[in-house]
Amino acid sequence: MKTEIRGARVIDPASKRDEKASIFIDGGRIAAIGKAPASFRADETIDANGLVACPGLVDLSARLREPGFEYKATLESEMRAAAAGGVTTLACPPDTDPPLDEPGLVEMLKRRAASLGSVRVHPLGALTVGLKGARLAEMAELTEAGCVGFFQANAPLPALGTLLQAMNYAATFGYTVWLRPQDVSLAAGGVAHEGEVATRLGLAAIPVVAETVALRTIIELAAVTGARVHVARLSSGAGVALVADAKSKGATITCDVGIHHLHLCDRDIGDFDAQCNLAPPLRDPSDRDRLRRALAEGVIDAVCSDHTPIDEDAKQVPFAEAEPGATALELLLPLTLQWGREMKLDLGQTLGAITHRAARILGVPSGTLAAGADADICLFDPARAWVVQAQALASQGKNTPFLGLELTGRVVRTLLNGRTVHGA
Amino acid sequence: MTRSNPQVGADGRLKHLLTTEGLPAELVRHILDTADQFVSVGERDVKKVPLLRGKTIFNVFFENSTRTRTTFEIAAKRLSADVINLNVGASSTNKGETLLDTVWNLQAMDADMFVVRHSESGAPHLIARHVKPGVAVINAGDGRHAHPTQGLLDVYTIRHYKKDFSNLTVAIVGDVLHSRVARSQIHALKTLGVPELRVIGPRTLIPAAVDRLGVRVFNDMAEGLKGCDVVIMLRLQNERMNGALLPSAGEFYKCYGLTAEKLALAKSDAIVMHPGPMNRGVEIDSPVADGPQSVIMPQVTFGIAVRMAVMSMLGSA
Repeated sequence: MKTEIRGARVIDPASKRDEKASIFIDGGRIAAIGKAPASFRADETIDANGLVACPGLVDLSARLREPGFEYKATLESEMRAAAAGGVTTLACPPDTDPPLDEPGLVEMLKRRAASLGSVRVHPLGALTVGLKGARLAEMAELTEAGCVGFFQANAPLPALGTLLQAMNYAATFGYTVWLRPQDVSLAAGGVAHEGEVATRLGLAAIPVVAETVALRTIIELAAVTGARVHVARLSSGAGVALVADAKSKGATITCDVGIHHLHLCDRDIGDFDAQCNLAPPLRDPSDRDRLRRALAEGVIDAVCSDHTPIDEDAKQVPFAEAEPGATALELLLPLTLQWGREMKLDLGQTLGAITHRAARILGVPSGTLAAGADADICLFDPARAWVVQAQALASQGKNTPFLGLELTGRVVRTLLNGRTVHGA
Repeated sequence: MTRSNPQVGADGRLKHLLTTEGLPAELVRHILDTADQFVSVGERDVKKVPLLRGKTIFNVFFENSTRTRTTFEIAAKRLSADVINLNVGASSTNKGETLLDTVWNLQAMDADMFVVRHSESGAPHLIARHVKPGVAVINAGDGRHAHPTQGLLDVYTIRHYKKDFSNLTVAIVGDVLHSRVARSQIHALKTLGVPELRVIGPRTLIPAAVDRLGVRVFNDMAEGLKGCDVVIMLRLQNERMNGALLPSAGEFYKCYGLTAEKLALAKSDAIVMHPGPMNRGVEIDSPVADGPQSVIMPQVTFGIAVRMAVMSMLGSA
């Protein structure tokens, strides 16, 4: 099968390409960009005038809810949502039920995902058995089964002795340890950023120090063990400062931020809007602004959707009882574009945060449009405005604080391995 | 995204009473003036007016509180409403029914008004968003968030004794962090123009950024009481008395309990208030609680009138 995508503005953040050109696809790979290879005759021509062609998006965190939470979402629904959002590669956290702590579970997930075939699914294994923080999971076995890293997800961090050995053990094999920096005792019971809003609404608070204390610990242990550590979901300006400092001293850490934290803050909770109950909590506007700058400056390596489809019942409860999280696979592109516009970045710089910069953290070859690469391509209309509506979302989760709001930038077509998996 | 005001209708009338925050001063004064007319009802031989005859009011208490429930019940009965009391804490939710299912079921029984108490902040807001138009929700205390009728009866009491708010110094003392009463008092007092509003307590019991609500924070009680016209003591919950927030009830009493000696630092005509139930010898000393400056019992009496005022305004909408 040979395909030509004609007339698109081709943007490849990794190579800084930004030009109107044709993309020639042969056998699922990109054969050439610009000039057709000799004797190339397209079986299919896609007219992409007015559209941007960029690498299929890479999302560092999307919960697909299988196994165990099929009433919230299924692989089918969420992989459809990924394709509709232009995402062709994603990492899924291990907080399923049971958690991804056994090779058999990971193999089954990989097999199911492969048979559906609309997005590359890279599972993150549980760092500890059952995410309980006590016993290390079988990292080598899990890696063989297809895990690209090991994560505690939103479960409490292991006690320091266990955390140190988890990093030591991962470093033995060169595996990446993913950690969300939050000290469980400092965050105890909290559901909102410690500040005026939590005080006014009478919500139990999570102070910034819950993040910074955990972050200092993680940075210190990463330095001692030499482990590759990825810090997931920074939420505060103080956290950004610690990461920037560690990186300037040569630490081997990377970090990400969730897309909501670039646009929202604690004030958006309004009158107890449970859609704004997120983990980590939405913080002060100054924290949001610092996160936005840090992503542009590269202190934060990538932005992710932190996609968490949740059934309506679990959000139709008082704020503190609501399950934290938001559906976001289909909002990742327009919300990232909005961030880029507001930061006055060019489209290439903007898209870097959801393509090659994210792929580098996963250690996978996705996220670029180079000749020879897999033809994972997102075609989108950067100017098309659309209103976020429940029935328009492919995800089974309709839980988003952006419901009813107008966003700009809409995925028109998504290709995986040269095959159209969304649109047309 | 902007904050709407879910409790005031487009016509400026009260639709629900969820919090004292954001209530226009005029509306607060209207509630207090209406309460004035109801105070005398309790002094009559026949303690009833027919304003809510034929209306059905559900007291839905997801968190038990006999005292607060009783005051709402009395208020509703004096307005001639039919009152149904439900301690849901002990029934449906234990069977797995959700909060909204419970409310929808009761609504199907043609409730006109819900009086709701819940241990989670924001539960009455959630209910108010999901009831039929015309059904009113009164927050009878939600988590740490708000207890608006208590806040209103407190400002009613202060107005009764002090007349004018514009030159008052008011101190709220104790566990502000966990207190829905304190929050409702702060918003109501700020709305009515109290120029000097203080909170007094150890740093462990003062919530972050509370100064942004327009109060001055004092950790030293003697300092904070100086020149006060009104001293409001908060209840210290038993479970907070020994732990990471406070070492002991005894030490709390020593540092923040209101004694005659400490009260002498306030103005000589200062009044002493407490939302009840009191812990004598913890946050307040008996001679003060029972002394000439205490208005704790009148607070209870006025509380009925204020709740009647709120219910009559919501029920006649």
